[in-house]
Formats: sequence, C-alpha cells, structure tokens
Amino acid sequence: MAHDTLYAHPEAPAPEPGARRAGALGRALFTRWDTWVVIVLALVVVGAGASVDGFAGPRNTQFLLMDIVAIALIALPMTLIVITGEIDLSVASTLGLCSAVMGQLWVAGLPLELIVVLVILLGAVLGMVNGLFVTKFGLPSLAVTIGTLAAYRGLSFVVLGDQAVADFPRQWTDAASSTIGGSPVPWSVLIAVVLAVAFAVVLHWTPFGRSLFAMGNNAEAATFAGVSVNRAKFWLFVASGAVAGLAGVYWTLRYASARADNGSGLELAVVAAVLLGGVSIFGGRGTLLGVLAGVLLLGSLRNALQLADVPADTLNVVTGALLITSVVVPNVVGMARSWLRQRRHQRG
Amino acid sequence: MKTSEKHAGAQRAAGSDVDGQRPSRRTGFGRRVLAARELGIIVALTLLVAVTTVVNPAFLSAQSVRDVLLGASILVILAVGQTVVIVSRNIDLSVGAVLGLVAFATGKLFGAAPGTPIIVAVLVGIALGAACGVINGVLVAAARVPALVITLGTLYMFRGIDHSWAKGEQINAADMPAGFLRLGTSTLLGTPLLAVIALAVVLLVGAYLQSYRSGRELYAIGSEPNAARLSGIPVGRRVFVAFVVSGAMAGLAGVLYAARFGTIDATVGTGIELQVVAAAVVGGVAIFGGSGSVYGAAVGAVLLTTIGSSLAVLRINPFWQQAVVGGLILAAIGLERLLAVRAANRLRGRTSHGA
Amino acid sequence: MARDDAVPLLAVRDVTKSFGAVAAVDGVSFALHGGEAHALVGENGAGKSTIVKMLAGVHRPDSGVIEMDGTPLALGSPADARAAGIAIIYQEPTLFPDLSVAENIFMGRQPVGRLRRIDKAVMKAEAEKLFDRLGVHLDPDRPARGLSIADQQLVEIAKALSVDARVLVMDEPTAALSGVEVERLFAVARTLCAHGAAVLFISHRFNEVFSLCERITVMRDGRWVSTDPTADLTVDQVVRRMVGRDVSALFPKEEVEPGEVVLDVRGLTRHGVFSDVTFSVRRGEIVALAGLVGAGRSEVVRAVFGIDRLDAGEVYVDGVRLHAGSPAAAMAAGLALVPEDRRQQGLVMELSIERNATLTRLGALARAGLLSGRGERRAAREWTRKLQVKYGLLADAVGTLSGGNQQKVVLAKWLATEPKVLIVDEPTRGIDVGTKAEVHRLMSQLAGQGMAVVMVSSELPEVLGMADRVLVMHEGRVTAELGRAEANEETVMFAATGQNGTAA
Repeated sequence: MAHDTLYAHPEAPAPEPGARRAGALGRALFTRWDTWVVIVLALVVVGAGASVDGFAGPRNTQFLLMDIVAIALIALPMTLIVITGEIDLSVASTLGLCSAVMGQLWVAGLPLELIVVLVILLGAVLGMVNGLFVTKFGLPSLAVTIGTLAAYRGLSFVVLGDQAVADFPRQWTDAASSTIGGSPVPWSVLIAVVLAVAFAVVLHWTPFGRSLFAMGNNAEAATFAGVSVNRAKFWLFVASGAVAGLAGVYWTLRYASARADNGSGLELAVVAAVLLGGVSIFGGRGTLLGVLAGVLLLGSLRNALQLADVPADTLNVVTGALLITSVVVPNVVGMARSWLRQRRHQRG
Repeated sequence: MKTSEKHAGAQRAAGSDVDGQRPSRRTGFGRRVLAARELGIIVALTLLVAVTTVVNPAFLSAQSVRDVLLGASILVILAVGQTVVIVSRNIDLSVGAVLGLVAFATGKLFGAAPGTPIIVAVLVGIALGAACGVINGVLVAAARVPALVITLGTLYMFRGIDHSWAKGEQINAADMPAGFLRLGTSTLLGTPLLAVIALAVVLLVGAYLQSYRSGRELYAIGSEPNAARLSGIPVGRRVFVAFVVSGAMAGLAGVLYAARFGTIDATVGTGIELQVVAAAVVGGVAIFGGSGSVYGAAVGAVLLTTIGSSLAVLRINPFWQQAVVGGLILAAIGLERLLAVRAANRLRGRTSHGA
Repeated sequence: MARDDAVPLLAVRDVTKSFGAVAAVDGVSFALHGGEAHALVGENGAGKSTIVKMLAGVHRPDSGVIEMDGTPLALGSPADARAAGIAIIYQEPTLFPDLSVAENIFMGRQPVGRLRRIDKAVMKAEAEKLFDRLGVHLDPDRPARGLSIADQQLVEIAKALSVDARVLVMDEPTAALSGVEVERLFAVARTLCAHGAAVLFISHRFNEVFSLCERITVMRDGRWVSTDPTADLTVDQVVRRMVGRDVSALFPKEEVEPGEVVLDVRGLTRHGVFSDVTFSVRRGEIVALAGLVGAGRSEVVRAVFGIDRLDAGEVYVDGVRLHAGSPAAAMAAGLALVPEDRRQQGLVMELSIERNATLTRLGALARAGLLSGRGERRAAREWTRKLQVKYGLLADAVGTLSGGNQQKVVLAKWLATEPKVLIVDEPTRGIDVGTKAEVHRLMSQLAGQGMAVVMVSSELPEVLGMADRVLVMHEGRVTAELGRAEANEETVMFAATGQNGTAA
C-alpha cells in the first residue's frame, strides 16, 4: 500500500449523488417542524382574513402586532436558552420588576431616557443572578428560575405595592404604539424585528450559535470539543434578563401603566410559543424562524378568535391543545416510524 | 423536564467535572444529611413561629394557629400530590387549573342537584381530578413527552375549559348547601376539619410512598430511570398512576376550596402551581426526583403559609411574602447542592487512601 | 459435565438483531447447560452486549428464539426476564443512588408483612444474610450513592443471589474488581452452578475465562464463530478466532527518530484520583498509558486537556505553561483529545456528521464572525475524505454511522485542528478489526510526520505494538516507565497490578 498523500487510501470516496441530495433537501424541508408552523400560520392568517370581520384591517393588524411584541422579544433569548437545554421561567417576573422600578424611578423624578437604560441594566442584573445560580453553583435552571420567578415578582410588589404609576408623558406612551409612516406596522415591531435578526444570525450563523446546539444535545461532548458551556449559558441568562427588561419598558409605555403585576403569567405564553415553534424542551433542536412563527400563530389565533367573539379566557384551550400537539405529534410519528421500520425489517 | 437520560451514562464517570448538567441531589454520607435537611425546615418553621410569637404572643393563640392550619390545608394536599409526581422525576403544573375546574364543578353540581350528599360531591370532585390526571398520565407515559410541557399544555386547557364553562359566572355560598360549607369551617377536637383531612392525606400517601412496593418504585424511577427499566419496573404504569394521584389530590383540594371559600369563579387557583412546587422544593423534595418525602413537602407548605401570617404580625409589608418564598426556594436548592458537593469531595478524599 | 444430548437450560437459537442498517447480531446460536459456566468472548462490538440485552428483555430479537427448558421464551421486558429466572450483572452497575442498599437489592420484591407493607426489618436481615454469604460487610441501610464500583458490583451480585437465578449473566463484571473481589464473585458463580444454575460469563480477561468456564463461545462481527469445551482450547486459538487473523499483523508501527519534547507534564495531582504524574512526550513519539481500568489514566489525560480541574501540577506545551482547566486553551496550544467514551464525549450523536466534524474549529471557519454552510461542508468533506469515513450524506446524524466510522469522525474533527499533540483514549474500543488497523496505521503515520501521540489503551497488544514508550499506572500513580525493548506483557502487567509499586 503506497501512502502517496496524507492518510491516503487507494479507493476514492463516493461523491454525494446530486439527485439524492436535492430530494433529501425537499424531504428535509417538509419534515421540519418549523416549515409546518409557518404553513399553519399562513393558513390561519388567510382563513381568518377571509372569514373574520375586521381581522385584516390595518387597525387590527396594528393591535395584533403590538400585543405580541413583548412575547416575541422575550421569546428570542428564551429560544437560545431552551436550545442549550435550560429554561428561564423568571422572565415575566423580571418584566414586572423592571416595570415597577420604572414606575418608582419616574415618581422619583429621573429623566425617562436614563430610566430606560437603568431598567434594562436591572434586567441584565436579574438575569445574571439566574446565570450565577445555574452555572456557578450548578443548580437546575428549572428550579432556580421558579425561585426567582417568585422572588422577582415578590420584589416588584415590595417596590410598588398594588399601586400603579400611570402619569408617563404622552409623547413616550404614544411612541410605543405609533406606526411607521402610513403603514399599520408599529415602530416597536421594528425593534423586535431588528433584535430577531440579530438573534437569528447569532444562533444560526456564528460559532457561538453552533456551540449552543452542541451543548444542548450533549454538554459533555461540547466541553470535550472546547466549548465553554457555562460561560455561554451565563451570558444567555444575562441576555434573557436584559431583553425582559426591555420588554418591561415597552409593556409599561404601551399600556401607560407601571404595575407590579405587569406581564404576570407571560412566561408560560413565551415557553408555549417557543415549544410550538419547534424547539425541543430537551435542548439541541430548534430554529428562530419557527419560534417567531409560533409567536405569530398563537397571537393571530387568539386575535381572530377574539374578533369572532370567543371569550378570551377560552382561548387557553387552543393554546394548550396546540402546545400538546406540537410535542406529542412528532413523538408519536417518530415512534410509529421506528415501529414500521422494525416491522419491515422483520419481514425483510 | 430536562431529565437528561442521555446524560445518565456520563454521570457515572468518576471525578467528572462536567457538572452543571448534574441535577443536584442528596449525595453520599447518608441519613445524617437527610436528617439535617428535614430538620432544617422544621427548625426554620420553629424559628419563624418563635420570633413572631415574641413580637406578638397572640400569634400562638389557638385561633391564630387554627387559621394558619386552615390556610395551609389545601396547599398541603396539593403538595402531597405534587411530591408523588416529582419523586418520579416528573412535574405537574396543571394542579392549579384542576383545582379551579373541580371547585367550579362542585358548585355547579350543588346548583343542579342541591340534595347531593356531601360525600358524593367529594368523590365526584376526586374522580374529576383523577380524570384530569389520567389525561396528563397518558400523554406523559405513553407519548413519552416531558411532563413539564404536557402539564403546561393541560394547565392552559383545563383552565380554558373552566372559563368556557363558567362564561364569567360566579358561584356564591348561597348556591351551596350549608352542610357542605361547614366542611370548610367546622373543627374536630378543636382542629379545623380541613387540617384533619390534610393530615390524613399526608399520613396515607406518606405510608404509601415509604412502605409499599409501587411507592418505592416511584423513587427508583426518579433516582435512575434506566436502572428502573432494567430491573423490570413498569415505568410507564407507575408514572401514570403518579399523575392520577396528583390529579385526584387536586380534585380533593378543589372540593375543599369550594367548601372553604364558598365563592368560586373560573380564576380560582390561578398560579397556585408555583406555590405547590415551591412547597415541595422547600420541603426537601429534589426537583429531579428520587428523594424527598411528603412529610417534608407538607411542612414546606405550612412554612410558606406561616410566612404569610407572620409578616402581617411582624408588621412587615405583606408584599414581601412572595419574595421570601422565592428566596427560600433558592436557599433550599442551594443548600442541597452544597451538601452534595461536600459529600462528593469527602468521598474523593477517602478513595485517595486506597479504599 | 458436558451434556450435549440433554435439553439445555437456556438456548439461543439463530437470533438476529439489527439497529438501523447495522446487524449487531446475525444468526447466533449457543446453549447454556445447568451447572455449567459458559464464556462468551469476542472483541468490542462483536455483539456480546446485544446478546446480553436480549436475554435481559431489553431488546427483542428480530428473528430467532430464546428457549428455556426447550420451550420458547417471550422476553418482552426486563420483568419477563426476571420472571423467567434470568439475572444480569452489567458491566456498569445499575443501582438507584438515592435508595438504600437493601432496597436496591429487593426493589420490586421487597418482603411484605401485614397489609402488604414492606417489612423493613426483614428486608435488612435478608440483605445482611446475603452479604454474609458473600463474606462482605456492607451496611444495608446506607444509600447506594457513593459506593465504590466494586461495592456497587457486590450489591448487584447480592441482587442476583437473592432471586435464586436459574441463569446468571455476567457482562464484564470484573473490569473494576481487584483479585480478591473477583475470587469472591467466582465463588458465588460456582455455588450457583453447583445448585444447577447456568452461568454466562463475558470477559476480556482470558485467565478468568479459562479458570471459571467449562465452555467458550467466540463471536466476531455479530456472528457466531465457535463453541468448544475450554479443555480443547488455548488462549492463542481463542484470540485468533476473535480477531479473525494473526494478531501480530495488526500493529504497524513505523520507526521514527523522536524529536524535541512537545508535551511536558509535571507533578500532576488530583486528590483521590491520581497523584504526582510526570512524563514528557517528544515529537514523533507514541507514548502509551497502560494500566488496569480505574488506574487513573483517562483522568490524567482529561486533566491535561483541561476538562477536569487539577489540585497541583503543570502542563507545558513547547515549553509554554498551559492555562489549567480550559479545553479551549489546550486546543489553542495545539492539544487534541480523542476521548474514551465516543458516544458520550467524542460526538454529539444527534447532530450531523458535518456539524460534528467542524465543531472543534468553528472559529477558524468563520469569516467576519459568520459561518457559511458551504465552507463548513467543504471542510467536513475534506477531512472525512482523508479518513475515508463511509457515510450517506454529510447531513445524516453521526449516530447512524457504525462505531468505526464514528471514531473516524472524532479523529477527523481533531486532526482538522492540526494538533501538535494528539491524545487518544482507547482509540480502537468498540470498532471493527478493519477500522482498527486503519486507526493504528493512521497513528503511526501521524507520529511519522512529527506529531506527538499519547495513547491510553487497555488492550495490551495495542500498547505493545504501537508504543515507543509505555507508562504504566496503578492506583493513580505512574509505577513504571518502559522503553519499547523492555515492555512486554509481563513487565506491564507487573507494574499495572502494583507489584513493583514500592520499588519504582
């Protein structure tokens, strides 16, 4: 055996057959969860536009979009966190605490520009606390963030009690719901879109993003490949807190009211949207596109049903059913597939 | 839940520093730790009561103690059900919604058939709760989907069903028979009946988890799911039953809620699931299964309730309650982790002498 | 003893089991007789563990039957296997860390008293009785967490004893046991045999196989090769049947004149794991770390690479001190570690071949911080081609590959970083013979091109065939450093069992 080239071997490896690859690409596209979420979203939007009065109107579009901005924002870092196999349930409480502090600082007479910066920083610090507990002390994020969920919400009541601060200046609260030019798209959506693009690029096109998938599937193997698992997770929690702080600012201005219970229960809506968007709760799998489609799908369904006079709280059934379907169906399909393969094998 | 079966093999690797993934659990040097920890919450509870009593001796009056017990009963019952689930490395977030649904159903039942015997109403409530548990159990055990996701979904669904059934209606005490409402206020030998029921539930389920084969198998499943499967434990069936028990407990709690408060709308029990999980965790139930007891969880629930009343007595802003609860959760899991790390280090030190 | 005419206690008949496209077991038959210990030997990946899992009720055979007393058994679950009287002792103990030792033994079969309550006193007494029979002292009330592997194995043995198993299957139970513990285990196995049970013993240690078993079945690449009475066999014959060719032909090592020192490890200590480990590796040299399982070899290389923390000691690469505890720093300095556990540490099984192959050098592949799919694909294709990885699509999950091809992906991802020092931990564990030879040739070539190679291996022939120098470890210490000329089975085993520990 002559070793003329490095690690050479007489046989040349078979090239990937082009035809098979194209077929596989198509197949891959349609076996991907997020493709289906996008399709269902399109169907819902088209269906609701045709059958529900006022759904497609500019005013409704504006409100629909404004309603989902907070969830969409928080869902961005949440996607990355869940992909690493962790979870952050404290986000809504962070939003609430940031809102409460924003109210108190406004009452104390600070300029709003400064308040906004401080509040986002506060969010980052709150996220840092989660990150420290998870990465430095090695505690399960589920338990940690249930703890900080209670703690942060409790603190927001300590800060603001059951009061509301509602005397924010008009130009600020108006800005939160103003639209771009003559379009029905609010400015806040633009911020969300910019952030979404940034998060998508980080997740899907950078070494850091790649390492998140690796550690979500197998943290040990990622460590052996030189990935700093804990450092990455720490900064994700910080990002999650900061974004929740930003969402708190938005929420406060959008509803022109700083309250301790702002965004209460929002964490479940965010997690639901993320999972519906095809992110695996075990980590290691998911796309940002899918998550955004998930957020939009839940938002438009809710909105359409509301317009169709279905009581708001009943919509929970739909949210819950969608969430369960989104995890049960792929599992059952997978099990059925392996069962079929087994059968085929036994016969063959 | 991130149960990391796929990490199970790695967790064995001796001296692995790739932790962080490692769910913290009680380690090594045995019952001393266990004793220390369950003693820990009792000490915390005693201290809290002592301090509060010093400030206001009336805190330890019979009436005040009765109030705390009454307030804790429903949470205790829920925490007991939750413990059964958590011990098997699962979680049930739907308990608040089940409680709300059953409470409303109880009110409706009395509205439709005022003559229903109380015991029948209780049994119907438990059955309805158990039915909800069956749904959770089937989805988790058969479809093999993580319990966190499933019960988050059913939390929404049960709550939504509750809302669409209620359509904004509120059921008042006047709609329910006085005999039923007395269930919530009467006492037995000076103890609130509700607390007696809760105690009975704790003892019953406690005995089951400690002394019955299928109860011990739940711990085995939570401790090491793969080993459980290899040793022939019917994992799916056991987990299914755990969810049915949790559902039934939530059902019982729902009936008792209706009896105690008399006023029921579709929002009853909203958010209580987090308090329930908090009670279990503070009570020393490991969030990733395998260890903890219903006794601990029950004391945890009493502790959480006592904090609420103590704050009032101590003239501390009652809004601190939730913040303190959050802090307690963090302290509880942090302490557990600390003990685990110390035990592991001790172990490593020992083998160095060629054990 | 051999009763070929009698109906065997347990018979495996023509069983086949495939995972995906790979047939792990292909038409294997053999029979176990009461009162007889039967060895099942073969290389890693020969299909022994799959056989065990079928007997355990974990895997169902795709075809073929398992018979007991001449009637087919339906082993659909571990519970079925237990009901049939089959007890398994796995290589890795399968205990419940949170539960007490006694509960671990009796899980699901706890003695019950009134109202079917578990009688804890009886359970404890029973456990103590079992430990007395085994001649060991283990507190039945202590939790299983924190038990040494040997003690855990004892609990497993007690478990098997307690069910009065008719068939006892032992899957490499002795890997982590000392001589005394092995003897104790064998005594138990012989007692069981004397009571009419059948024992299936799987081991890599031939002296154990030959001393315990009456009959030996050899498997290779998922197929049955032979079953013969031990008395008719020699170790050489068994080895040849296992590998399917002459052993000496397996290890081509090029002679290389070693260059300057690249890796210098000084006084490495991690309390309770290893202490004061010092060695250096030169360019072009292959240095093997030999020793028994649990001697601390893997732990040393993990610490060198920065996975585990150190309590003392330094690592120098090309004379520059390495920042401890950081795999990223180690990689930047030119180290690469092919870890012991391929499935758990070497690869992210759910990710594609491409993603795995490029995981170690994403930073280098990124342009302006961004990755393009095409660049990654090109890099992945280049390196999988160099190592002749056989795959369908680069986008396939790496878990779909055979063990040997998986190992090539691991090697590819590390060689792509162009390391100065390649550390390989059990480089050929669980891969087929052909790939094994390829890996050996590759390592030899790499050394020939000036790379320094550190190899941890439990396979003595591999160590002796490949290494320029052999460092032998025993209980966390280096007990011998042997040159190529001095290293032979005797000298290495002598040092590995610590018999010259005080002299060294």
